[in-house]
Amino acid sequence: MQNVMGIINLNESEELLREVTKHRPLAAVPFAGRYRVIDFILSSMVNSGIQNVGILVLSKYRALMDHLRSGKEWDLARKRDGLFILPPAETQPCGSGDIENFYRNLDYIKSSRQQYVLIAGSNTICNLNFKKAFQFHQAKQADITVLYKEQEIQQDDFKHCAIVDCDADGRIVDMAVNPSRQESRKVSMKMYLMAKTTLIDLITDCAARGGTDFLMDGIVKNVGKLAIYGYPYKGFMGRIHSVASYYHQNMELLKPDRWQELFFKSGPIYTKVKDEAPVKYKENAHIANAMIANGCVIEGTVENSILFRGVKVELGAYIKDSIIMQKCTIGANAKLENVICDKDVSISAEKWLKGEVNYPLVIEKGTVI
Amino acid sequence: MPRKECVAMLLAGGQGSRLGILTKKLAKPAVLFGGKYRIIDFALSNCNNSGINTVGVLTQYKPLALNSYIGIGAAWDLDRKNGGVYVLPPYVREQGGEWYKGTADAICQNMNFIDSLNPEYVLVLSGDHIYKMDYSEMIKFHVENKADATIAVIAVPWEEASRFGIMNTASDRRITEFVEKPRHPQSNLASMGIYIFNWQMLRQYLVADEQNQKSSHDFGKDVIPQMLEDGQKMYAFPFSGYWKDVGTVDSYWEANMDLLAEQPELDIHDPAWRIYSVNPTRPPHYLGPDSHTANSIISEGCLIYGEVEHSVIFPDVYIGPGARVKDSIIMSHVRIEANATVDRAIIDQQTVVGEDAIVAGLPEADGRKIIVIGENVTISSSAVVDKDVASDQQLAAGSGQEER
Repeated sequence: MQNVMGIINLNESEELLREVTKHRPLAAVPFAGRYRVIDFILSSMVNSGIQNVGILVLSKYRALMDHLRSGKEWDLARKRDGLFILPPAETQPCGSGDIENFYRNLDYIKSSRQQYVLIAGSNTICNLNFKKAFQFHQAKQADITVLYKEQEIQQDDFKHCAIVDCDADGRIVDMAVNPSRQESRKVSMKMYLMAKTTLIDLITDCAARGGTDFLMDGIVKNVGKLAIYGYPYKGFMGRIHSVASYYHQNMELLKPDRWQELFFKSGPIYTKVKDEAPVKYKENAHIANAMIANGCVIEGTVENSILFRGVKVELGAYIKDSIIMQKCTIGANAKLENVICDKDVSISAEKWLKGEVNYPLVIEKGTVI
Repeated sequence: MPRKECVAMLLAGGQGSRLGILTKKLAKPAVLFGGKYRIIDFALSNCNNSGINTVGVLTQYKPLALNSYIGIGAAWDLDRKNGGVYVLPPYVREQGGEWYKGTADAICQNMNFIDSLNPEYVLVLSGDHIYKMDYSEMIKFHVENKADATIAVIAVPWEEASRFGIMNTASDRRITEFVEKPRHPQSNLASMGIYIFNWQMLRQYLVADEQNQKSSHDFGKDVIPQMLEDGQKMYAFPFSGYWKDVGTVDSYWEANMDLLAEQPELDIHDPAWRIYSVNPTRPPHYLGPDSHTANSIISEGCLIYGEVEHSVIFPDVYIGPGARVKDSIIMSHVRIEANATVDRAIIDQQTVVGEDAIVAGLPEADGRKIIVIGENVTISSSAVVDKDVASDQQLAAGSGQEER
């Protein structure tokens, strides 16, 4: 895999994430107690042996840069290769599509040593090794290999995904976003393997003929023209595109099998280290079915919830079916149910807050209630 | 290399033989502590938090775990362009080499290292104490007093004073006398084994001490008494706060348990004085629906279904349904299977306690409160263990236990 470079394309729809993406790109949304969404694809690439990763950022990327810094935590602070942040050209008008973004950064792609490229989004939650997919790509002599996962697509989490249809050999015969008739259950994972020269041709071709969207103009329009194959991925995959799917994907990790598969199966998931102390449970702490990150101090009750690093839960507080992000304080006897607290939220004593399972209450970063 | 004002020399070569099974495979400073740390993290973090960025770490006894843990010092932000961390083992010269014969000899053998940095002051630290201390305050005190040497002291209870090296001081904190383990102590200010010396003066004393055949080459026993005798200006820097020498299994266990107090004297959660360590890449821990945890600290990567009370749990520990852990220290990668009981025990890394097994320290009448189970021990289902077990043993039910 040393001959493969990675590109993480952050051109992703964020509007359904409401307040959570107000100050940050989807890639930098805190997830699973101590991670950010991007950690999963980035760690998967690194654990597969990819040593050169470029990240095509769009906007609001301060939080992301703060998270990634030199790339050291992902072992990407290298003398050659390593981590590259690829910002948009300053003149780029809003909504002009991701082709423009690729095109402006073609120099980086051209000057990289690797002959192959793996392009992925950031919001697919999985822990996978790309080695087999790469072998498949070479064995099929494919122009492009699209990774897909076969599963129930009626589920809200997979709305607006591209659906692929393959022939017996695995060659993709149709690919469409929200097709009127769904005959296939193969959901594209937004991960594409191809030779670097193919990518450069695709981008320059799109740019020359007015194509703006990488998926639509680069991939979908070339189905039938290029040898595009589908590689079936069998492991766990989650997708975050809305508050509901964010909530659901977090809660899925309270299933120990999921926890085990996502965090241990094909390698560790790396993230920015905070040097927090282990969690302290005091005399009256009561915890049931919860995932709790270091740095928390807990005196109250926590059920079916996820607590990020450095959360304080005071005496008598009750947290149920909720996600509490970094450094929140939940005051004495406060009661929270179906709530997503963004970072640095402070809930004072005795307050009661409640959302619904299908519409959790989101409390914006830094709010004091 | 630009000149340094102060260089820290961290003595980390000690075996810590009184920790027994815990230091069978590694040096005392590398022993795990407090749910995620190693003992040396406290001194190294103090250095970083005090603005000292050049630290020589003197290693000798079983250094593999320690060396690989320290690496280039990045965990403590000590991977620097100028300075950083230097691991200094004993080495061979043209006329052969010697082990470090004592604390002063260890510094003496690395005189060329300190000379190359040419510091004004040398801060001598011990790698086996648990405490948080701002060394920059001590350096300031040293400079203000125009001292030749400064020794950090802590007030200990009078009844325990005869277990320590005691400083008798004048009203201006100048040291008048140093008595090692006095029978009738005149002061309760104990030396913490933390010294600041003016390098050029210390250098002369080290050279002289090296020539002295009768010397045991120890700071407390030889160098400091000699300097006092010669009338050098030596001051006692008063430290107040938590400080513990975790020299024995009991004091090691107590220091861990101290972290579990309602308001611990040593606050590891204080963001203003972080204790840094090499962080394992592990997800947050998971507590099952029927788990129970109280008065405990638990680290990342654990899966806990049973009960944990008044205990310290390191990363990647599994505690099965119905299992009970009380008043214990469970180190990384230990598995405590369903319905097993662990009470008043220290369980070292990779050990497996089988289903329904009981591992419990005897009541205090035995002289010691707790038992130690070494690394990589397998205790079979339903076995009962009430004595120490050395590393790498397989214990079947009813096979009896190894003697201490």
